[in-house]
Amino acid sequence: MSEFLFQEDVSIVLCGEAGQGIQTIESILIQSVKLGGHHVCSTKEYMSRVRGGENSTEIRVSSKRICAYVNRIDILIAISKGAIYHLKERISNDTIIIGDDETLKLVEKEDVIKIPFLKTAEYIGGPIFANVIAAGVISRILNIDKEIFNECITAMFERKGEKILKGDLKAGEEGYKVGENILKSGKIKIEIEKNPKIRDELLLDGTEVVGMGCIAGGCRFMASYPMTPSSTLQVFIAKYGGEFDIIFEQSEDEIAAINMGIGAFYAGARALVATSGSGFALMEEGVGLSRINETPLVIYVGQRPGPAVGLPTRTSQEDLDLTLYGHGETPKIIFAPGNLEDAFHLSQRAFNIADKYQIPVFILSDQYFADIYYNLPSIYLKSVEIEHHIVKTDENYKRYELTDDGISPRGIPGFGDGLVVVDPHEHDEEGHITEDQNLRTKMVEKRIKKLDGIKKDSIPPELIGSIDYSILVVGWGSTYGIIKEALDNLKREDIAFLYFKQVYPLHDSTKKYLDKANKTIIFENNVESQFANLIKLQTDFIIDKNVLKYNGRPFSVEEVTESLKSFMEVF
Amino acid sequence: MKPEVFDVENADIAWCSGCGNFSILSTLKIVLAELEIDARELVLVSGIGQAGKLPHFLKSHTYNSLHGRSLSPATAIKAVNKDLKVIVTSGDGDMYGEGGNHFMHTIRRNPDITCIVHNNMVYGLTKGQASPTTLRGMRTSFQVEGVSEEPFNPLVVALALDASFVARTFSGDIEHMKETFKSAINHKGFSLVDVFQPCVTFNKINTYQWFKENTYHLEDFHDPTIKMKHLRESWKKINIL
Repeated sequence: MSEFLFQEDVSIVLCGEAGQGIQTIESILIQSVKLGGHHVCSTKEYMSRVRGGENSTEIRVSSKRICAYVNRIDILIAISKGAIYHLKERISNDTIIIGDDETLKLVEKEDVIKIPFLKTAEYIGGPIFANVIAAGVISRILNIDKEIFNECITAMFERKGEKILKGDLKAGEEGYKVGENILKSGKIKIEIEKNPKIRDELLLDGTEVVGMGCIAGGCRFMASYPMTPSSTLQVFIAKYGGEFDIIFEQSEDEIAAINMGIGAFYAGARALVATSGSGFALMEEGVGLSRINETPLVIYVGQRPGPAVGLPTRTSQEDLDLTLYGHGETPKIIFAPGNLEDAFHLSQRAFNIADKYQIPVFILSDQYFADIYYNLPSIYLKSVEIEHHIVKTDENYKRYELTDDGISPRGIPGFGDGLVVVDPHEHDEEGHITEDQNLRTKMVEKRIKKLDGIKKDSIPPELIGSIDYSILVVGWGSTYGIIKEALDNLKREDIAFLYFKQVYPLHDSTKKYLDKANKTIIFENNVESQFANLIKLQTDFIIDKNVLKYNGRPFSVEEVTESLKSFMEVF
Repeated sequence: MKPEVFDVENADIAWCSGCGNFSILSTLKIVLAELEIDARELVLVSGIGQAGKLPHFLKSHTYNSLHGRSLSPATAIKAVNKDLKVIVTSGDGDMYGEGGNHFMHTIRRNPDITCIVHNNMVYGLTKGQASPTTLRGMRTSFQVEGVSEEPFNPLVVALALDASFVARTFSGDIEHMKETFKSAINHKGFSLVDVFQPCVTFNKINTYQWFKENTYHLEDFHDPTIKMKHLRESWKKINIL
């Protein structure tokens, strides 16, 4: 067996059946790795089932900041029998497989380390301890202090009682022993630089950061219906809502959810709804209501492949079109954060900007982004504030007063002497039903006029890499970290990445950036290249090459790197 | 307080002359005045249909919602600001058809709101199709051979879901309607008032005369121990609770 040395970056993949505790190992390990002073990033893929099947989590440990999925597997921890088959396309000659001797019985590969995980687990108290033994092995190989590891185990299992905690600590210890033996054998050596400062950094996932941003944005009400991959945000608000006086309600369906959200915002509480796929389709009727009754709302869409049920637990960027279009014509804003800092600030901003323009604001995420964890030094909070856009009404108050900028001051019932009348029909300035054609024209123009201000407030795309580029890579939302790392790998001065975090309306600088490039290429997780179409519609610019992936999995750094290499060879 | 404080100046009332909605509107104003409810603390929430237009004719905060969706914003408004009095006005199609799922689950939630359903057993705004409460056999432009389904019985459903307040009244029995509205608005929790109301344009079967002949009062109105009896009474096709 050959020897494996990792000095900069190692990709460890854990694979097992649903119910075998893969997520538990992920939580313990990423914390241990971070506390041990390494940069860490984890991503996961899972099946739409509660037991069985094959789920996997990739944990990257690195000397540099990373926030991307790689296809490469350096070390595979196979917890289940099906793991090898499940990951066959990613296992290479350079992959070391560690697994239970029973599980790996039939694997004919040189670089396999067979360990009696299950027997050891049985000895400790049952097969449930197998995952913690595996975590201990990895932790030891990564040279993480046992104290740190035990700290993480305790944090995870303390609430489950002394007996379970004791078992898990013992399991971790057994894992450390196995890891020690592997190191002694000289098969694996990991010498990735440590930085003690990382210990104090934040370690968060896409969902948590969006949730924190929403709370920082003054969210006081959330109604939603569970649906992967947006449920995790609902869990977050349900869990922390009490501390921040947020009402959380699981509604009977998405239709009720969005109608509750709009009602709450009308009555004075900033409101959030979260959904995915066909749940979002059900909400479309309510989106129209928010647009005509000019009541703000923040809508989080965790995208997954569709249509209809599609691939419930997989990732995609397919719902841009549904977010963008809809019946009737009024403005809206769509954010698509690609990194954790942006996810926080855009989610926070969503509430201010929705309130300012009295429109629905969308946060487009997806399964990949919702589930990605990595460490970051901090989140800049100085610029964060809740902007108030509510007025105290008087007796002459008119909810839909015609104004120069199209924004009619928004009152709420019970604050002032005025009456707040909102209506889903075309309405007069007071909010009562009208069919007057001149008034209709004025109201349509009033609503669309808000777009001028919205455009001025829109967030420009971010240019990453050389400003003297001739090749421009375009991406939006969750592909950010993957494209960025691919560019870092290429180390070329003539290439840059234009990352869009606001996808509608596009900032005025968009065309200037695109025109400057000799060649342009876009990466999207959909088949129609929805964002390239939007760019063409808004700027008349046609992107040269569309690299599209729609199998429900994210792009990998290697895939993007290879695509860019072959794109550059063409000219 | 006088009921006129709830009048909307120059309101362009869209109902047919003789419509049962008129007496519901005027009675509601009287009740609100008698209960001394300030328009500034009152939110009327409605959906779509002829009944859904009522808030536009009664001076108050108004949240005219989408078809069938009135209970969801009404629940949220009350949850966000408990000092507001929240009343929903809806119709049989809006509440029991399009909004059926919200109807069931709002009863389970039991928010402190009042839900008045104008039940004329037919669709008005879309011109005469069957509603969930239309009686079997009635012919319409859509049900050309007559309605084939049993009508939806909102009272039985509400009682089965253990609704905290369930009542039925008739727009032609002003005194009864007034007392019912009053009790419903004063009730803490979800109160359902199903109001029989003739549609003079599209329902030639369930007329004023027909309602007078086919309804009767339950005497033991307030006794909560007789739910099962009410349930049995509600199973009968027509009655007033």
